[in-house]
Amino acid sequence: MSRSLVVAKGVTRIFEASGTGLDDVHALGPLDLELVEGEFFAVVGPSGCGKSTLLEVIGGLQEATAGEVRFDGTIVQGQVPEGVGIVFQEDASFPWLTVRNNIAFGLRHNRTPPAEIRRRVDDALVQTGLRSFADAYPAQLSGGMRQRVCIARTLVLQPHLILLDEPFGALDQQTRLLMGDEVLKLWRATGATIMLITHALDEAAMLSDRVGVMSARPGRFLEIITTGWPRNRDSQIVSAPEFGKITSRLWSLLREESIRAIGDRS
Amino acid sequence: MRKATWIRAIVLVAAIAALEIFCRVGIIPRITMIPPSTMVTSLFDLVRSGAITSDTLQTLTSVAIALGSAIAAGFVAGALLHALPRARRIVDPLLATYYSIPVFVFYPLFIAIFGLNAIPKTVIGFMYAVVAMVINTLNGLDRVPPVLWKTARVHHMGRVSTLADMVFPYAAAYLFTGVKLAVAYSFIGVIGSEFILSSGGIGYRISFAYYNFQNDVMYALILLVLTIVVTINMTLYYWERILMARRGER
Repeated sequence: MSRSLVVAKGVTRIFEASGTGLDDVHALGPLDLELVEGEFFAVVGPSGCGKSTLLEVIGGLQEATAGEVRFDGTIVQGQVPEGVGIVFQEDASFPWLTVRNNIAFGLRHNRTPPAEIRRRVDDALVQTGLRSFADAYPAQLSGGMRQRVCIARTLVLQPHLILLDEPFGALDQQTRLLMGDEVLKLWRATGATIMLITHALDEAAMLSDRVGVMSARPGRFLEIITTGWPRNRDSQIVSAPEFGKITSRLWSLLREESIRAIGDRS
Repeated sequence: MRKATWIRAIVLVAAIAALEIFCRVGIIPRITMIPPSTMVTSLFDLVRSGAITSDTLQTLTSVAIALGSAIAAGFVAGALLHALPRARRIVDPLLATYYSIPVFVFYPLFIAIFGLNAIPKTVIGFMYAVVAMVINTLNGLDRVPPVLWKTARVHHMGRVSTLADMVFPYAAAYLFTGVKLAVAYSFIGVIGSEFILSSGGIGYRISFAYYNFQNDVMYALILLVLTIVVTINMTLYYWERILMARRGER
């Protein structure tokens, strides 16, 4: 029986507005979530519902105002646990380093032996299709390639849990689908547990074993849908009839919440 | 060579050639200015004879100490202010108006405190250069995107490691602007002080030559200062261009 790698119970996040004259912002929760080891879990929801906040709380970049998060049995509190990797939506590649040195950055910081660094970086370059660009600088790469650099930099550290915060948000639709295929390959190769935050319902439906649908702020899970896809899936499942049913169900849950979210902001 | 470089070279050569001709034919009187070629030969003679070695070393040593201190102190102060937003808000108006203060007014005070030696002019050079470094450090650190600070936490980097291995390399291209300004300001501060009152240094020798109508010496030394400052700044400029080109910025 698969074990739970991440257990979040009663997680709440309130941003205090001290000194600004505004009210506190209740961004998230209370919500519960369990991530099964080795699964691919996506989170969708209207803008501002707290998806990224949830990711950062699970990842240790923010502390929950209430509730707790456990990663591999240990409480997550104020720092990113060992074994957790995070890829952000914004370009986090280091412009002053080549692709190779970008990928090697974390390994060098951890004082990994040079031979092991070389091996892991070479593997990551092949896995992410960046071998020909190993000595290029990020400024010479497209946006999608820079995201691959960030993914490779995360993968070489062999994390058990990978948190992806809208990593393909800035890319066009075709590139997103292809990058999705790449991520699925890497997921199968590494066996890591992945949590993906995305606005794109089709992306969530295509990539995930389960999709959590969040309500408008304060974000809570309305429903968690199991897709039932086989592990060796790729972007071609978008043509399967079940795919349309899943995205249709996602939208039917999200439509009202999205209207509510827009109404909140106007 | 690119077209812009050719045009720059042609304009420079044309200007120098025009100056040479005007000086030689007497349009510009010799009492006012000597021909550029004479400046060069005069400088060459001075360097070869060793007549300006001591003064040059004195000035360059003061500039180097002022510059090095200003870069180090300016960077540390800028980094501290960036980490302490309240302190920054208090200090911001002072930084904004600093260069309206004629720092040279403190020179006599420093001479009274430290004596007529290299210390007062070095302090003046430091005072001119340090704030440029603080302001540009703040500018560079402000440009570091929040995602890089988060990435440092994902990699479990401590505060010092984050600054040294991530923030500083990212901001380095912008810190260069501060370094370039600090070079110019430290020269201005030191040589300007030597003009006012000094017992040695390039500024003192220029001033002495001026008052004694030794135009060949005066212009040779001016050419020396120009050569040194332009060489340093062009080196920094090209280094900065390489750094910016790697980041896809011109």
